[in-house]
Amino acid sequence: MMRFLLLFSRQGKLRLQKWFMPMSEREKKKIIRDMTTMVLARQPRTCNFLHWKDLKIIYKRYASLYFCLAVESQENELLALEIIHRYVELLDKYFGNVCELDIIFNFEKAYFILDEFLMGGEIQETSKQIVNRSIEASDMLQEGDNSEWYEVELFG
Amino acid sequence: MPAVSKGDGMRGLAVFISDIRNCKSKEAEIKRINKELANIRSKFKGDKALDGYSKKKYVCKLLFIFLLGHDIDFGHMEAVNLLSSNKYTEKQIGYLFISVLVNSNSELIRLINNAIKNDLSSRNPTFMCLALHCIANVGSREMAEAFASEIPRILVAGDTMDSVKQSAALCLLRLYKTSPDLVLMGEWTSRVVHLLNDQHMGVVTAAISLITCLSQKNPDEFKTCVSLAVSRLSRIVSSASTDLQDYTYYFVPAPWLSCKLLRLLQCYPPPEDGAVKGRLVECLETILNKAQEPPKSKKVQHSNAKNAILFEAISLIIHYDSEPNLLVRACNQLGQFLQHRETNLRYLALESMCTLASSEFSHEAVKTHIETVINALKTERDVSVRQRAADLLYAMCDRSNAKQIVAEMLSYLETADYSIREEMVLKVAILAEKYAVDYSWYVDTILNLIRIAGDYVSEEVWYRVIQIVINRDDVQGYAAKTVFEALQAPACHENMVKVGGYILGEFGNLIAGDPRSSPLVQFNLLHSKFHLCSVPTRALLLSAYIKFINLFPETKATIQEVLRCDSQIRNSDVELQQRAVEYLKLSSIASTDVLATVLEEMPPFPERESSILAKLKKKKGPGAVSVTELDDNKREGGELNGGADRGPDTAQTLEHDISLSALYWTPASTQCAYLQFIKDETRGLIFSQLSVSG
Repeated sequence: MMRFLLLFSRQGKLRLQKWFMPMSEREKKKIIRDMTTMVLARQPRTCNFLHWKDLKIIYKRYASLYFCLAVESQENELLALEIIHRYVELLDKYFGNVCELDIIFNFEKAYFILDEFLMGGEIQETSKQIVNRSIEASDMLQEGDNSEWYEVELFG
Repeated sequence: MPAVSKGDGMRGLAVFISDIRNCKSKEAEIKRINKELANIRSKFKGDKALDGYSKKKYVCKLLFIFLLGHDIDFGHMEAVNLLSSNKYTEKQIGYLFISVLVNSNSELIRLINNAIKNDLSSRNPTFMCLALHCIANVGSREMAEAFASEIPRILVAGDTMDSVKQSAALCLLRLYKTSPDLVLMGEWTSRVVHLLNDQHMGVVTAAISLITCLSQKNPDEFKTCVSLAVSRLSRIVSSASTDLQDYTYYFVPAPWLSCKLLRLLQCYPPPEDGAVKGRLVECLETILNKAQEPPKSKKVQHSNAKNAILFEAISLIIHYDSEPNLLVRACNQLGQFLQHRETNLRYLALESMCTLASSEFSHEAVKTHIETVINALKTERDVSVRQRAADLLYAMCDRSNAKQIVAEMLSYLETADYSIREEMVLKVAILAEKYAVDYSWYVDTILNLIRIAGDYVSEEVWYRVIQIVINRDDVQGYAAKTVFEALQAPACHENMVKVGGYILGEFGNLIAGDPRSSPLVQFNLLHSKFHLCSVPTRALLLSAYIKFINLFPETKATIQEVLRCDSQIRNSDVELQQRAVEYLKLSSIASTDVLATVLEEMPPFPERESSILAKLKKKKGPGAVSVTELDDNKREGGELNGGADRGPDTAQTLEHDISLSALYWTPASTQCAYLQFIKDETRGLIFSQLSVSG
């Protein structure tokens, strides 16, 4: 399973933190420090994988953001890379040419999108269409919020 | 793209975020945040009841402040209130807040659980998913107690929507991981396994994560999943890329599902049923074949997905360890990847080959790649890749290539990253001992280790070389000579002094005949390093000096002079002072016979599990090292320490259970007490002589 996902800028500013296992705030802060130091120190054209304690760290840079995913040691690294890529695709579809500012100002949306396709440290839905549809449907619910509660057929 | 929030606006939030970003200093940021916190506090306490939108906005602001790294100690109640709102977005923010800021207040927990219960029974799939998500995100014991019995029901109920089933499966998985005793599968087992046949690929993907975890703990109960998994896998692998529609990822059919199926199969031994096994082998062969076909797309996502399945299939082949044909093919495929352009693939190939190296079928095949791996060790720019290459060399080492591999690892050590040196040292020491046929090579290797990476040579390593030299007569002279030469280097490491001091103390007589290494020369050499060493080393050297007095009576006067001087007998360190005083006394009053008995040559050490191996296991964690070691007992047919075919003059015999470490770190008086135990007759004599002279 995945243990945590961090997004941070090249200056080490944290933009998103998703933790899949309960951890104390102190532990989280330490992990954030360790990850940012480790990943930002990596040279270009090195591989995307690192070992850290008993976890594997998979990281990839998209424009000005580093996506850093920690998985347990029996997980498949290449697929983890693709999970990161899938998340970027979803963000891109939602925001249209997503950039770091979008994630800063719409942080809660970034979390919601993440929750649509990952859950409890595992990938929940691998079909991009289905995830996109449910994200759009949530948005529709938001806009129609002023009327009474109604049931929306979102899936299937 | 809009720097302002999409969808529902929440302008206040966007403005606040802008303000924070425009703060020029940390102090300004804190000031702005405090101002906002005060504002929100007053709004929450105010007389006017807040409308849902405002509550949502403020809770979101609090969340933002928290994620920035500041502590938040209020807002939970308001967030919990949002949970009971009818509006989706308000609920959503409420759930997000409580998932991120988990609170252990029992009243709040009760309210939260209530809200979740309402949402779960609401029959609204979006609300149900939100609730399930919250349970999966928080996964606390209280939630498990409240919901663990209900979720399996939701999972297998016929009228549950697919999306809810997916969420239920993963939610249950999360609860199982944290509170396995509360999740009782019992009656649900077969229905859950049956989810593998579901039409909806998403449901299968989610269910499989759950089943894999459950199978690991209860393999027998879930073993029916094996044949279902095989048929599902075979359907996917043989499907055309258009069949699976949106579950095809860059022309690769259902990569996540395929990998999860392969991982599930790794929880079980190869299927017994011939038909199932046949189908599986066919699948694996197809996957291996596909790797050789030209790629359908140039995008890296395509190759990553395809290779992900390939690596997982290879893991399964290695796990089964029973199909020589597949194992050799896997090895060849990995061999190709070793020279691939992409660093990621070279890294993964090296890692995968490590596990392959321990299989008896493919061990030889792995060895054929030794030159490529050595080349990787020397030329790879990425330190992680070099490290995997070093790991692989360790795994593929055996009698035929030990000397070559140890030499390569030693030269790598000279320029290796500091963070990995200790592990490398342990590995070289283990290999050198395991495959030594000629023990002078072993001694050379360890002394080289000390020379190259002295700081990282832990105690276990140099204790071991001394144990071996003591146990093997044939190498004692060589050890004495080599250590003597090594000590002549102008800047030699303290560990070298320790080893040298001990060996010369025991076996210096073997080289004393040569004028270049005469007793006085040996003593002066050791003593020249004395003042540079730490207290434990000096203690060791003092012991070596008293041994010299016994071995070379002509040095007695010189050494006594050294022992007698103030810096020894009045040394502020209790251990050093005690040794100096007692050794001085011993040398002056004991007769040559008594001295010779007390300082007799150290008897051989008992053979036990190598403490070096234990230390390496502890360092790397379980599973990282054990594979080779376990198999070695199978292959070499002997103990780790000795190895069966060491040669005709194998060392053995143990009457004495001496712990080597005790020798150095126990006070002199305890060492004396210990010698008593061995030589009962002389004990009385020594102590009565000592007490007579006061």
